[in-house]
Amino acid sequence: MPAPVITATDLTKKYKDFAAVDGISFEVAPGESFGLLGPNGAGKSTTMRMVGAVSTRTSGDLRILGLDPDEHGPAIRSQLGVVPQQDNLDTELRVRDNLLVYGRYFGLPHSQVAKRADELLEFAQLSDRAKAKVDDLSGGMKRRLTIARALINDPRILLLDEPTTGLDPQARHILWDRLFRLKERGTTLVLTTHYMDEAEQLCDRLVVVDKGRIMAEGRPAALIREHSSREVLEVRFGSDRNEGAAATLAGVGDRLEVLPDRILVYAQSGEEALVEVTKRGLEPITSLVRRSSLEDVFLRLTGRTLVE
Amino acid sequence: MTVSPLEFSAKSRRWGAWYVTEHKIRQMRGFAGTLIATAIGTPILYLFAFGIGLATLISGNVGPVAGVTYLEFVAPALLASAAVLVAVEEYTFGILLGLKWNATYVGMNASPITARQIVDGTMLFVVLRMFVSTTIYYLIMVAFGAVDSAWGLLTIPAGMLGGFAFAPVAAYAATIEEDRGQFAILQRVVILPLTLFSGTVFPLTQLPVFLQWIGWVSPLWHASELGRQFVYGPTEPIWLTVIHVVYLAVLGVIGWQLCARNVARRLNK
Repeated sequence: MPAPVITATDLTKKYKDFAAVDGISFEVAPGESFGLLGPNGAGKSTTMRMVGAVSTRTSGDLRILGLDPDEHGPAIRSQLGVVPQQDNLDTELRVRDNLLVYGRYFGLPHSQVAKRADELLEFAQLSDRAKAKVDDLSGGMKRRLTIARALINDPRILLLDEPTTGLDPQARHILWDRLFRLKERGTTLVLTTHYMDEAEQLCDRLVVVDKGRIMAEGRPAALIREHSSREVLEVRFGSDRNEGAAATLAGVGDRLEVLPDRILVYAQSGEEALVEVTKRGLEPITSLVRRSSLEDVFLRLTGRTLVE
Repeated sequence: MTVSPLEFSAKSRRWGAWYVTEHKIRQMRGFAGTLIATAIGTPILYLFAFGIGLATLISGNVGPVAGVTYLEFVAPALLASAAVLVAVEEYTFGILLGLKWNATYVGMNASPITARQIVDGTMLFVVLRMFVSTTIYYLIMVAFGAVDSAWGLLTIPAGMLGGFAFAPVAAYAATIEEDRGQFAILQRVVILPLTLFSGTVFPLTQLPVFLQWIGWVSPLWHASELGRQFVYGPTEPIWLTVIHVVYLAVLGVIGWQLCARNVARRLNK
């Protein structure tokens, strides 16, 4: 197995007494697509800032491309591409100019940056917007421009912090398609997300994080197999009646999860569980059978939903 | 073949600050027209209003030397205030723009560029902007007949040094988390009184003694007096001229270093 490009051991970041990241350990192999899945405030962004060599760790060990970010920050950053949670494109510059100035930061000569900028605008499907003002772009286009900017130095690792948060479904799918192409080309991707579908689509392997700690680690399918049943039956009885219905449902399926708006029944077969529900004399307002997802894994591990 | 990170970042390590300056120059292109119009229009208006208009009301000597016209007296100070204006604008809005409003500094810092290089590059950019403004100012001063010796050229660096001495303002701006109109207060409570009481349009000695200290701490007074030495001086002992230069340079360097420290703390917390 090739040497990992990122190795974190007991990585901790404290702000005064608060531990934003509380002793997490993971490795990322070259070419891998690795995710940190967790709700807002789980410490994902803080971890990304440490991996991005802009924030120093409080304790633990961290190696990026074999180097310690405390000592070799600029050298590490020269081979990273960073897509931050908040776009920080220069709104005073035109679209293409944003790529030109950014390429210079890596010491690339003007001619090379110009060539690369045009290729990346093509890749980001923004060639026809090259001369547009950044503020005139849609949210999805800004995101794609930020990704193009992050690729200007042909990075060995691309860090994406919540790449599709705030985008509409169509814009998300365009972005996923672009990221998937990068993955196919062998770019190492490290991304954080609180969307389980995003994690399932893009990550070869992920860690589930909550309150600065890792709750579970593995491939999406394996995590689901390990921590959840094959299927889930979702039934709704109306806000005030879910609790009462849950008492009657005891023993249906492998496990029940009562949420404010619905009850989740974890079972091998959702249809069979639904039959059992009606047999017990209950008539749900709506029912839905679906496959288990990472959302269920998170719920199982933390007792909370990802998006609250 | 992959290039090692250390090799890859070597150029950024050496030239990083310049790349930041380059970025800021490119940003400026968007409103270059406004900047140039201001840089040309302001000196014409001010020199006309003070040097020609107000001067008609002023008879007798203004400086310690006979034969110095009011235009000659006021022009170097106006040039210095123009440099201060440019510098303070960049040290306040420019800094907070990069850290907060249009967080380009955060983006720069995600590349090999360090917080120090960001500040160094910004400072260099301010120097260049001041150079353009003061040079235009100087040329217009010459056109108005406010300079008659080649020594006068040195009012350009004198004015720029005055602007640079406001670098502590940049260090302060780098600590602002929430914008609650601090810059407007700074303009009205610090910069404006300094402009009025720094011997800009009348000699400091005209002020009551208990107000003259304002001039002594004001970088603008030091820069104006320095400029005057080159336009019609020397009118003061050489040690005082040296003090002007040292005082301005020290203030500037302290501000610059504190600014680098504050920006690093903020970006790398």
